[in-house]
Amino acid sequence: MSILTEGHSVTEAARNRSFGPLYSRNVKAVVARGLMATKSSNWMVMLSGFFEPVLFLISMGVGLGAIVGTVQGPGGSEISYTAYIAPALLAVSAMNGAVYDSTWNVFFKMNFAKLYQGMLYTSLGPLDVAMGEIFLALLRGLLYATGFTAVMGLMGLITTPWALLMIPAAVLIAFGFASFGMGITSFMKTFQQMDWINFVMLPMFLFSATFYPLSVYPQPIQWFIQAMPLWHGVELLRQISVGVFTSATPIHVGYYLVMIVLGVLLTTGRLRKLFLK
Amino acid sequence: MSTSVRWVPELVSKEKASSLPPRSDRKDADEYVISAQNLSKTYGDVTAVDDISFNVPAGEAFGLLGPNGAGKSTTMKMIGGVSQRTSGQLTIMGLDPDQHGPEVRAHLGVVPQQDNLDEELRVRDNLLVYGRYFGLPMSYLRPKADELLEFAQLTDKAKSKVDALSGGMKRRLTIARSLINEPRILLLDEPTTGLDPQARHILWDRLFRLKEQGVTLILTTHYMDEAEQLCDRLIVVDKGKIMAEGSPASLIREYSTREVLELRFGSERNTTIGAELEGIGERIETLPDRVLIYAEDGEAALEQVSARGLHPLTSLVRRSSLEDVFLRLTGRSLVD
Repeated sequence: MSILTEGHSVTEAARNRSFGPLYSRNVKAVVARGLMATKSSNWMVMLSGFFEPVLFLISMGVGLGAIVGTVQGPGGSEISYTAYIAPALLAVSAMNGAVYDSTWNVFFKMNFAKLYQGMLYTSLGPLDVAMGEIFLALLRGLLYATGFTAVMGLMGLITTPWALLMIPAAVLIAFGFASFGMGITSFMKTFQQMDWINFVMLPMFLFSATFYPLSVYPQPIQWFIQAMPLWHGVELLRQISVGVFTSATPIHVGYYLVMIVLGVLLTTGRLRKLFLK
Repeated sequence: MSTSVRWVPELVSKEKASSLPPRSDRKDADEYVISAQNLSKTYGDVTAVDDISFNVPAGEAFGLLGPNGAGKSTTMKMIGGVSQRTSGQLTIMGLDPDQHGPEVRAHLGVVPQQDNLDEELRVRDNLLVYGRYFGLPMSYLRPKADELLEFAQLTDKAKSKVDALSGGMKRRLTIARSLINEPRILLLDEPTTGLDPQARHILWDRLFRLKEQGVTLILTTHYMDEAEQLCDRLIVVDKGKIMAEGSPASLIREYSTREVLELRFGSERNTTIGAELEGIGERIETLPDRVLIYAEDGEAALEQVSARGLHPLTSLVRRSSLEDVFLRLTGRSLVD
């Protein structure tokens, strides 16, 4: 049996991938690892993540919707309350999935499983790891969004082909939260600090015009909510669900594009600081 | 060589003559797979590694021996390119790990102090996935993983979950994993800490085989027996500085006597009896739990002790070890 073979050609592949100390163009190895781990142990968590917004849709939409009746949707047309909250719940689901993947999951891998330390002792760079983990979060977001959109279709809530665009838009929202979430998690050292994330997420879920229009709030509170990322996601998906677009649409999309760029920069910088110190 | 290094060239070259070409034939720094010159690392006010210099030729088993906090792990991290040095020069196979991290690591195998196996994957998948991190193709990895499982004596555990393995098995799997890219240099950070004696011996045997195959081993340890077993040459480090450098045998010759007489007089008398033993052997070291008399002939020293009318509770004559070298160099025991 030979541990060292002649010529050492196998590692040339790894050597040729090298592209500076941060990135080795091997994101797919990180993604493959995530898929393999999901297959063997994480699928229950994934399943519960899918059902959460569906249960919300049924209880709030069908239950509460019976009392509320119809409300005014984007563009002024009357839509059922269920159809009003469904895209908002999809945005929340995209946020929750991405945040879970990029915060708790990353926190555990970073501090307890020591997974990233192991990865960074190979020819992977921090950028490969960050992009791989974010990609996995997006893949999960894509699955959830597709499933939820299918449920909306089955419940007769989809009235326009534009609604299919909710799927890529949900992935955009997930990308924004995932890239930022991972960067923020890198600052966290204890479980108590991790609880702050929930402390931010829950109010954002409840008050970002998810269940009722923004106009119920006084003006200063409206401004505050409009500065938060989830509101832009809710508005974007709500517009897409009925196919009504306004001058605010590009602002919603732009908000997430900026969030993604800043998030990726933050995450990579932090990973470098943490693991290549 | 830095001035802070106590270099013993004549002893080293004698020791190495059998397995390596004479040192005078290998003056060029490129000949060394690892070359560190005046390497330092500070974290804030703390100096973890303080101006150390050493060279490691290919195929050598090179040890860093020292107590916890001596700077061994920090040195390993700098070699692996996952910790950037504060000052000094460091080249791994001619490359600067701070500039060419992924490229350097493609030729390194790393066994960290704490196992960081992927608990979410099964045993064989751990090897495959790790190989993918190096960008290696599955066609290479599948047979390689099976070969390494056999090497690590884990073939029948291929489909097991990682957390079902014993400590020794996990350690062997970590070593198998570190070999997936056929590294030229294997970094082992305290490879047998926490293992039972049998598991340690199995592991040492596997490391011997790797050495036979030409892999350069860099290992940190605070076990002197491990250093004596595995290392061709080692540096003794304490508080970030190199205290001595040489082969285990040459270090023992240089810094200790052939034999050691260990005497125990009971905890109260151990500390006060030193004066009464004055003149026996070459040197006396008084520890809280025992007195060490360094002598060429331990039995003769014991007779002298008896002749002075002193009767220790227990006495033991043994050969000098690296522990004694460390005690001599630092005035402290290796394992507190």
